[in-house]
Order: sequence, then C-alpha cells, then structure tokens
Amino acid sequence: MSITLPRRRVIPGFGLTMGFTLLYLGLVFLIPVGAFLLYTTTMSWETFWNAVTQRQVVASYKLSFGGSLIAATINLVFGALVAWVLVRYRFPGKRLVDALVDLPFALPTAVAGIALVTLYASSGWVGQYLDLFGIRVAYTQLGVIVALTYIGLPFVVRTVQPVLEDLEAEWEEASASLGADRFTTVRRVILPALLPALLTGYALAFARALGEYGSVVFISGNLPFRTEITPLLIVAKAEQYDYHGAAAIGTVMLLAAFIMLLVINGLQWWTSRRHG
Amino acid sequence: MTTSTTVLETNDTLATRWRRATEEPAWLRLTLIGVALTFLALFLVLPLTVVLYGAFEQGLDVWYAAIRDPDAMAAIRLTLLIVAIVVPLNTLFGIAAAWAIAKFEFRGKPILISLIDMPFAISPVVVGLIFVILFGSQGWLGPWLSSHDLRIIFAVPGIVIVIAFGTLPFIARELIPLMQQQGKEEEEASLTLGASGWKTFWYVTLPNIKWGLIYGIILCNARAMGEFGAVAVVSGRIRGETNTMPLHIEVLYNEYMFTAAFAVSSLLTGLALVTIAIKSVVEWHDERRQRLAAN
Repeated sequence: MSITLPRRRVIPGFGLTMGFTLLYLGLVFLIPVGAFLLYTTTMSWETFWNAVTQRQVVASYKLSFGGSLIAATINLVFGALVAWVLVRYRFPGKRLVDALVDLPFALPTAVAGIALVTLYASSGWVGQYLDLFGIRVAYTQLGVIVALTYIGLPFVVRTVQPVLEDLEAEWEEASASLGADRFTTVRRVILPALLPALLTGYALAFARALGEYGSVVFISGNLPFRTEITPLLIVAKAEQYDYHGAAAIGTVMLLAAFIMLLVINGLQWWTSRRHG
Repeated sequence: MTTSTTVLETNDTLATRWRRATEEPAWLRLTLIGVALTFLALFLVLPLTVVLYGAFEQGLDVWYAAIRDPDAMAAIRLTLLIVAIVVPLNTLFGIAAAWAIAKFEFRGKPILISLIDMPFAISPVVVGLIFVILFGSQGWLGPWLSSHDLRIIFAVPGIVIVIAFGTLPFIARELIPLMQQQGKEEEEASLTLGASGWKTFWYVTLPNIKWGLIYGIILCNARAMGEFGAVAVVSGRIRGETNTMPLHIEVLYNEYMFTAAFAVSSLLTGLALVTIAIKSVVEWHDERRQRLAAN
C-alpha cells in the first residue's frame, strides 16, 4: 500500500501536447532518420566500406575534420577573448558588437559564402592585400578554414559569456590578496572555472563546422583531393544518383554528429554541475 | 577637517591599488579590446558591408530591377510559401514540446530534450539526402510515388519537409528553458480559480513567454528562409519552380550576375539583422524583468 497518493495533476494537456510532440518528432525526424539508417544496412559491408574509403572521400574527411578542428580552435581563442572583452570592459558600441556576434547564426549560409569569396578573392577588399604577401585564401584550404571559422564564431562566445558573468569577484580578490599576479590569477583561477564552458563552445563550433555546406562551397572552389569537403561529395553523389555512395558517406557524417552530440551533452552536464 | 581629507585620500589610493590587483593595466585592456574588435570587424562587419555594398553599388534602380526579375520574384514567393507552412508547424511543435517538458514530470525527459536538439547537429546536406533516399525516384518510396503521380523530391513538398526538419529545434529550444524557469504556480493558481486550460494558456502562459516565443519564431523564420544545403539536395534547382531565395542567389552568382546575387542577398541580410535586433530587445526585457524581480 502506498502512503503518498500520486497528486492529481492540476495542469491539463499532457496527453495532447506530448502526443503532438512525439507525432511531429516521429514524422519529421525519427522515422526518416531511422529509414535512412535502415537503407544503409541493406548495403553489403563491402559496398559500404568501398564507398567510405575511396581516396577522394578520405581526402575530404581530412579537410572536413582537420579544417573544422582548426576553425574551432581559432574560435576557442578569439571567442574567449571576445567574451572576456564584452563582459569585463566598457567601450562605446558594446551593445551593438554584442548583438552582431549572432550574425553568423542568422545570416543564410549562401549569403555568407558569396560575401566571403568576394572579400577574399584576389581582387577583393581583403584578398588584394593578402595577395601582396603571397597569401591566397579563395579557392584554397585556407578559404575553407575562413568560412568554417565564420559560421562557428557565435558558439564559444555565447557559452563562455554567461559563465564569465556569474563568476564571483571574490575568487579573483582572494587570489590577488594571496599575492598572485594578474596572469597567475587568470591562469589558475579564471581559466579552470571557464574550462567546461570553453570546451562546450569548442565542441559546438566543431560540430557545426563539420556539417557546413553553404558558406564553404563558394570560397573553396571544390577542387578534388584539395578543397572538397565531405558534405560536398554527398551532394555530388546524390546528384549523380549514386545513392549507395551518398548514403554510406552520409551515415559516417551522421555518426560523427551523434558522437559530437554525446560529447556536448556530457560537457553541458559537467558545466551545470560546476555552476548549478 | 585635515584628518578627514587624509583618510579619504588614503581610501582613494587603497581603492586604486585594489582595483589594479584584479584588473588589467590600461594598455593591456586597450590591446585586448583592439584585437577582439579587429577580429569581429574582419569576420562580421566586412562580410555584411560587402553584401550591402554589392547590392546597392549601382544604385537603387538596379537593385529594384534585380528583385523584380521574374525568377527572383518566383524564388521570393516560393520561399514565403514555404515559411508560411513550416513556421506555424514548428511553432505549434515548440509550444507543445515546451508545455509537456516544462509543466510535467515524466521518465525519459532528458532523452526527449536531446532528441529535439538533434536535428541541429545533423549536416543540412545529410538532411536532404535522407529524404532523397526515402522519396527520390530511385529511393525507397520512389516507384510507389511515381505510380501515383506524386512528386516530393524536386518539388515543393520535399523542400517543405527538409526545412521543417532543419528548423525543428529553434522555437522549442527557446521556450523550454523559459517555461521551466517560470515554473507552474501561476497556471495552477489560474486553474484552481476555475479558468479552463485554454484560457490559462492564453491569459497566463502566453503573456509570460511572449518575447521568447517572438524571438523563436523570428529565428526559425530566418533560418527557414536561408536554409541552403538541405534544399540544394532536394530541390533539383528548377528555375522559377523549385528555386528558393538562397538557391537563386547561388544560380545568379554562378552566372556572374553579382549585383543581382547581392540584391537578393540584401533581403535575407536585412531579415538577419532584424532577427538579431529582436534578440537584443528580448534580452533587454529579460534583464529588466530580472532586475524588477530582484528589487
């Protein structure tokens, strides 16, 4: 016999809202993804393996994973700096700058793509000066990194900012009064407190960059073995009706996305435990 | 008199010295601000400027003519039609999911939240591919669809469904934390006083989540209008028929019609700017409410 009776729910609508949520999620997302994975399993292992280990495909993994890693690292450093400057310092136009950080999130990727290639082409506003130093960005791997940095920019800033805002001033004061210089305080007190948020932002920027298509295809030039990202190969294979090839590579990218999501969830759990 | 001045002075120097201990020297502060702003100018302001400059460089007439071009107008109409279907559906989904998650306890809640987040992590290109493999002519349901004269891929329904998939999380992600934070006391009070469920939602919940909902809808709308990778896979790029605005921009760019490409881009850029402006307004409202609540 249970002593505590389940309290009658006062708020209505659980069945309705939960039902609609699951129905919509199922129809739009879960069933299609499930069917897609099922389609991949109908392939023989050999077909799958040959498709995902073609030389051109392997070259694209190197660029996609390597480029995303470099772009996320650039965003880690500059994102932390931007968050720091926005939280700690005052300067004119701060609110505007703060709002602009979200631009890569709201601007369509195709628009970002043509804007970046126009800027960095050798006749462009930035490209012409880089040309003087012999640096080429458009249609090179460097261009891919620039585009991936652009679209990942908001993530580190937006994960670090709230944690930095909530950081108690007492910690830094204690550290300073115990004789630590500013550099030591930042390195030994502030940085460890920010670590989970920094890593979460890093993982989010990496995950976003990995699947990115629109902003990259204009600036990369799509040269086989050199500037082809993996999503581009998926599009190319789908357009040639090579569904097996496309689905095999798509499954690899889907698995990579799931792994990144697990990592991000773990990091967020760590962050909330630290600051909850 | 003299004594008090000395005391004040000592306090002042103490305060200055204390401030120095937890703040960076002025030169370092200025350098950090300078580096951060240079980075943001290079990555945020320049791309924005180049779009607007490219769009209006040859005057308003040329810009207007590029927008009024029949193919551009068809792309704009198609894009508006698609968001008119997708955004209301995702709004309903966002509200329903947030209500179920924020107002009730049930097993598997963290899994449900992760599932709602998931479409955001999947490459848009893979999203497109999933539906090509399901509904394409060589896909699983392809033969059945063509025998019934139904087209999903290379047609509007395919574009609608990939965009619904890609923008599914945005409104829910905005509302879930907001409604969780607000708890359910206000709704319980309203219901106990005899209001119906709908009335409670309409007069108690909705005003509370209004700003977050508005931002969620605007963000979902901007992302839906700008969706590119997934649409590129399923649309087939039929001019005047299945080209959305971003695809039309790509076509124009590849045909070296840069001014026209930037003109159409300027519309979506304006939308993006409105989106982040509304986000700032929402945050300003939040801050003010929290300050009022604290007082």
